[in-house]
Formats: sequence, C-alpha cells, structure tokens
Amino acid sequence: MPKLTVNGVAHDIDADPDMPLLWVLRDRLDATGTKYGCGIAQCGACTVHLDGQPVRACQTRLGDVGTAQVTTIEGVSGRVAEAVQAAWRKLDVVQCGYCQSGQIMSAIGLLSGNAKPSDAEIDGAMDGNICRCGTYQRIRAAIHEAARSLA
Amino acid sequence: MLNARRPNPLPVRPSRRGLLAGAGALVVAFRLAPKSARAAAGPNLADVKAQPNAFVRIGADDTVTVIIKHLDMGQGNTTGLATILADELGADWRQVRTEFAPADATLYNNSLMGPIQGTGGSTAIANSWFQLRKAGAAAREMLMAEAAFRWKVPVSEITVTDGIVRHAPSGRQARFGELAASAASLPVPSEPRLKDPSEWRLIGQKIPRLDSVAKTNGTAVYSLDIRRPNQVTAVVARAPRFGATVKGFDAAAARKVAGVLDVVQVPTGVAVIARDTWAAMKGREALTVTWDDSTAETRSSDAILAEYRERAKGPGLTASERGDPQAALKNAATVIEAEFTFPYLAHAAMEPLNATIEKAADGGYDVYAGFQFQTIEQATMAAILGVTPDRVRLHCNWAGGSFGRRATPTADYLAEAAAVFKASGEKAPVHLVWTREDDMAGGYYRPTVLHKVRAGIDAKGAVVAWDHVMVGKSIVIGSPLEAMLVKNGIDSTTVEGASDTPYALPAYRFGVHNGREGVPVLWWRSVGHSHTAHVMEVMIDELAHAANVDPVAYRLSLLTQAPRLSGVLKLAADRAGWSAAPREPGRGLGVAVHESFGSYVAMVADVTAQDAGIRVNRIVAAVDVGVPVNPDVIRAQVEGAVGFALSAVLRNRITLKDGQVQEHNFDAYEPTRMSEMPKVEVHIVPSQVAPTGIGEPGVPCLGPSIANAVFAATGRRLRSLPLDLSGVKGA
Repeated sequence: MPKLTVNGVAHDIDADPDMPLLWVLRDRLDATGTKYGCGIAQCGACTVHLDGQPVRACQTRLGDVGTAQVTTIEGVSGRVAEAVQAAWRKLDVVQCGYCQSGQIMSAIGLLSGNAKPSDAEIDGAMDGNICRCGTYQRIRAAIHEAARSLA
Repeated sequence: MLNARRPNPLPVRPSRRGLLAGAGALVVAFRLAPKSARAAAGPNLADVKAQPNAFVRIGADDTVTVIIKHLDMGQGNTTGLATILADELGADWRQVRTEFAPADATLYNNSLMGPIQGTGGSTAIANSWFQLRKAGAAAREMLMAEAAFRWKVPVSEITVTDGIVRHAPSGRQARFGELAASAASLPVPSEPRLKDPSEWRLIGQKIPRLDSVAKTNGTAVYSLDIRRPNQVTAVVARAPRFGATVKGFDAAAARKVAGVLDVVQVPTGVAVIARDTWAAMKGREALTVTWDDSTAETRSSDAILAEYRERAKGPGLTASERGDPQAALKNAATVIEAEFTFPYLAHAAMEPLNATIEKAADGGYDVYAGFQFQTIEQATMAAILGVTPDRVRLHCNWAGGSFGRRATPTADYLAEAAAVFKASGEKAPVHLVWTREDDMAGGYYRPTVLHKVRAGIDAKGAVVAWDHVMVGKSIVIGSPLEAMLVKNGIDSTTVEGASDTPYALPAYRFGVHNGREGVPVLWWRSVGHSHTAHVMEVMIDELAHAANVDPVAYRLSLLTQAPRLSGVLKLAADRAGWSAAPREPGRGLGVAVHESFGSYVAMVADVTAQDAGIRVNRIVAAVDVGVPVNPDVIRAQVEGAVGFALSAVLRNRITLKDGQVQEHNFDAYEPTRMSEMPKVEVHIVPSQVAPTGIGEPGVPCLGPSIANAVFAATGRRLRSLPLDLSGVKGA
C-alpha cells in the first residue's frame, strides 16, 4: 500500500498509483485547502510542495511521490511562509480566495529560493497561477512586501 | 421608559419560514436589473423595517455575528455588509464575524429583486444600506436601554463606541456580551436614530477584510470542500450539443472501474456515482452514451453570427426612439457606419460548479453550495425532490467566483444535483462535481451579440443622428423571469447601457432582434453593459476623431446633464495625465466612461503596440458609487475587474463547430495571467449619496478604453471583441 507523508504525517493510501495527488489529498485525506481548478496544470490552484519545491498536484501521480515530503497550504510553516501569509493579509489580496492556496504555495516557493525577486522574476514564478478575480496587482505587491519583511 | 422583563437571550436565530407554499411554485414576482441610477439605489429609509434579530447576534463572549443574506463570490460583500451594521451598532471591528443566512425570502429578500432572495446586479450594498443600518441602530439602542435600566441613568447619557457601552458621568461601562442577553428582551425600536456620517468610525475607512485569514491558510470552506459522512461523488456525462437528449447508454465498462458505485440516467445526461472524484471521472470516460440530436442546436457560431448579420438589416423591435434618425442621417456632413460583434463568453470561475445534497433524519434535505438565487433554487430543488420548499435547507458556502454563473433562472446545476440525488436512491450524501471541462462547455454563456450603428455629425462635428440595431439572445425570455423583465419583447438586461444612453443624442433609435439559437445564455459580470458600453464608447470616440475634437472634451459636451458621469470622466482624465498624453511612437491613451447598476466609472488606458499584440501599461479608473463603504474593497473590485475583463478584450471566445463547443479548458480559453496585468490606479469620488454596487461596474469601460488607446497608438480602429490585433505592429 503506497505511503504518503503530508505535512509531516505518514498515511497509508489505498489507491491506484495513477491517482493524482490532488485527489488523494482532497478525497482521501480531506485536505481540501489544495484546490481543483483545471486538472491539466494550466491554473496552479492545486500547487503543493514536494520536498519544498512547488508542483501541480493534479499532474503528480500518487505513485510518483515516493518518499518526498508533501506540504500543503494547511501545513506550511517557517519564516517565509509566515511572511507571505502576513503580507497577503496586510494587503487584503484575496477576493473569492479559491486560487490563493496555490498562489501562496508558489510565492513561498519563489521567495524560498530568491529573497528579492524582480517583477520579471515574479512573472516567471507566478504566471502559471491563474486568478480569475484578477488580484495580480496585490499578489505582486504582497510578494514584494514579504521580501521586504524577510530582508 | 424601559421594559423590565428579562426574557430570552438576544440572538433569536432567524426562523426558517416556509415560502412559496407548494412544491415548484416558480411563478414569482421579480423585479431586477435596475436600469437607471434611481432604480439601482436601494429602498428608502422609511420603507425598511428595523430587524436586528434577523441580522445580528451578540454572544456572551462579545462576538458580533452579522448575518449575510447575499452570496460572497469574492466581491467582498461580507466585509461591506458587516461594516454597515457594525458601524451603526458601535462595534469594535475585531469582534465582528459573519455567517451566511439560510434561505428565507420573508427575512432575506433582495429588495431590488422584489420577493426574491438573491445576489446580482451589483445590488448587495445598495439594497442593504438602510436595512443593516436600521438593524444595527436598533440593536445599539437596545443595548443602551438595557444599560440605562441597570445603571438607573437616563438613556440619553449613554454612548456606544468600539464595542463598549458607557455612561460617562458615572464612569460605568459594559461590554456588549454583558448586556446582550437581557437587552434582547426589550422592544425593538421601530425608528432607531441612524448615525450622522460624521459619527461613522468604520464606513469609509480602510479596515481589514473579514475573510483574509481563512482564505490564506486553507480553512475557508467552499462548496467543493464539503465532506459529509459517507459522501459519494457524481459526475454527469452531458450531451455534446445543447438541446440533445440521451438515446441510450452502455454502462458495463463504467461499472467495472474501481470505485464506481452506480450509473443512473438523469434529465441532463447520465450520472456516474463513485467513491471519489477521480473514480467518477474515470468511470465517465468508460461510459458510452448515444445522443439524440433531433432537438439540438447543430450550427456553428459563425453561422449564428451570419444569421444575426442578415437580421440586422431590418429595424427590429424599438427599445427607444427620439427624433427621426433616418432623416437626420441624410443631412449629416459625415456618417460613420460600424459593425461590432461579440462572442459567447464563459464565466470560468475558478471553482467549478458543484453542490452536495443529503437527506436528513427528519425527511428534509440539506444542500451545500454557493447559492445566488436562494428562493428560486430552493423551490426548484424542492419540486424535483417532491417536498415543500421549506423542507430543503440551504447551507451557503464561500463561492470560488461566479461572475453571474451561479445565478441561473433555471437553477440548472442545482436542479441537476437534486435529480442525481433522487436517482441515486437518496442513500448517501451525493456531491455533484462539474469538471473544468463540464463548466466551460456547459453553456449559460454571455450571449454572442452583433451591433450595427450608423451615426452622423454635422459640419461642426456635433452628433445629429444615431441609428442603432442589435441582435442577441435574451437572457430571460423563456425563463420564469420573463414576465417581470421583458416589455414589448425587449429584455432590459440585454439592451441596458445603450437604449438608455445618457449622451445627448438628438435623433436616436435603438432596435433589437432577439436571437433564437439553442445556446443557453446568462448574465456575465456587467450583463448587457459588457457589450453595450463597448459599442457606445468606441463609436463616440470615432465621432470625436471625425469631428477633430478631443475625446474627453467631446464626451463632456454630450454629458452636460450627467454630472456624476462627467465628474468621473474629468477625474480619470486628470489623474491619467490625459492632456499630456505620451507622445512616444506606438503608445497611446484611450478613454471610456459608463454608468452601470447606478455606479459611475471612467477609465483611461495606456497602451503600447507590439507586433501582433499590445501591452496594456496602465489603467487609471475613477469611480463614483455614492458613499464608499469600504474604499479598499472598492479599489480591489476595480483592479479585479480589469484582470477579469482583460482576457475577454484580448482573446477569450467560446466558439461552436456544428453545435459543439470547441473550448474546454484554460489552454483554449485562457484567463489573464500575472505578466499581462497592467498597473491599475483607482480614484474614488467622495460622496454622501446612498451607496451603489461595484462588483460589476469596473468591467464595461475596460474594452473600449483599450480599443480607443489602440487607435491612438496605431491609427487602427478595432471595434469587435476580442480585439483583432493581428495587423498591429510595434514601434
């Protein structure tokens, strides 16, 4: 039976190894903070971290996760994550909020590897995350704000 | 003066009264889609009852829970509505919580929709303004009366601020939670004193959104996140062509897919019910359905538009008319004739449509979804489930966007959920999930529309004639709302923004042909204004250039009777540096101004031409929504409207080939992305006029301001949407 470590907790998962991580998280573990948006890695709503790297859970098969540590929005922690969430709240980024788990996971991934991203670098890291409410201006500002607070 | 009785704790939970007695009673009086500023404003103060028990609950722990009767799909109305009540109450913002109301049209109807509980037409703040102020003020006076009674002091000496009730002369004070239970027994004042604007502590201030924390840590619950005990998931195989029906199906292979529990036929197709979403989707892939296309729409969107073009040659039904435009055109010095086409558009909210239904021990039903037309949705599901509407309890969740899609006069996806649940045998809770592909190809689009305009100016450049014909499918003809929203065959939600143009056009006619295709259409953020504003604002721009007059000055000359419109136009032009427009090659400014839903918006777009494309550098917006209840939420809505609408200006279209939708996911129908987002500046006009909405009014001006900027930058006049930028060249 495949094992899966999510937010530091190991689970035995009775599922087809082809099942996307997205549906394992949402339907087997009831970890619903990770969202379904498109199922074809076009929107980024399902972004989670595998060993700290942002990936699209809808295109990550359960069988391919192996021993990698899965981190979801419910389990993020540490300086960078706290700075990102604080900036999101300070600037009131969210509207419907449905895409924001994925936006935040991508932003944490960006800032973890690049302490002071330029606008072009933000575009590069965030262009795969769609926000239909159009909150991009505040997402950009919040990433800069988080970077400042971490400096 | 004071009633000394000591009764029930304050928060009387709103009772769920039965409404629309009789299953399926869908014939309801309905009044919607305010066409003018006057109509879009909410009810008068005197017409609103003080109902604190319906809208606020104060806990012993001092929490103030504001009951939200509207759907919050991102527009921030939970924050806005709570602000209104909390300010009148004198609450500390940190003690304020919200809770979505149950379905109960006797308490929670939208007064701009008559007896219907629903959200749309940017009406949430407008229709609630006095209702929530009165509720908050009444609750405040009850707390004051209770304190005066306890302290044996005149109530006139009591004040309430920041969640504390005080008697300054004696130095006594109490928290809300200490007074609430007793205060609840006091008579509800029918005409409580509303605060003067000078006393407002929250309204008009930048205060934090109430949903920011839950929406940044994964705990906000959307419909798709509902998990009931033993819940199963259903997906439905629907006809590839609108109007087709199931001829037959073979479920043998589907039933063999691990996790598939059942396959059942429903009116909209064949439902696969499974242990989880993945199994349901795999089961559907294995299903074979044959469809009967005899009643289906089988044309391509090009053919539908060709039919529209032919019909536009005739005058159509007259929506409005003054003077004799035909005669005036004959005497015009210059006549511009223009055609504008608009495609079908999907709402493409990030959370696909879904709902969960379960049967309760008492024989009633509990439904979990993002409800936008509660009264209609409840009655529709009740009719399918065979119970009275009061037996169907609606539990409203955060909605991951809507843009109009969750407000269907047919309650389409909720009706489908009820049908699937019934067909499932009602054993386990069923979560009906639409995949992204289902959501995008499922119809209920912004209608495709064709406009044809002939406008004439005299030798001095003044407009002398405007003859306008539109062809498009009505949203409400054939729906339960037809009787209320259609007059003389004309759907007010389709022609709004053009047939009632505020421009002083001396000879004017607006004619309408109703489209007849079998494609379901629906309101899409800003409804008729999503195309009418574009036509009006691009045409006016063309006339200004033909007259060799500055486009802002030209508009102002035609808006002398529209002070709020000219006000936002001047403000946006000023803040955008209109008079000192960029002079670099390939760069230009364009302007548009429009009223929708009683709110006034102007936008100036700054655009740079690129090869076969454009870069939108900046949008400067000015808005007048009356009292700006939450200025930061207003700014967010306008910023967001730009991000939402930009992809419709640049590329989005739903097309049909032989009746089949060609776009199924975000690869073929791509929303705006981060790297395309322009800088957006929003300037808010200070006002003490009763507030109107801002969920939609940011959308209409974006397209025309960009199209007009492309003209300024390149000399190319692009009329139709999405803009055909193939011939544009960079500097």
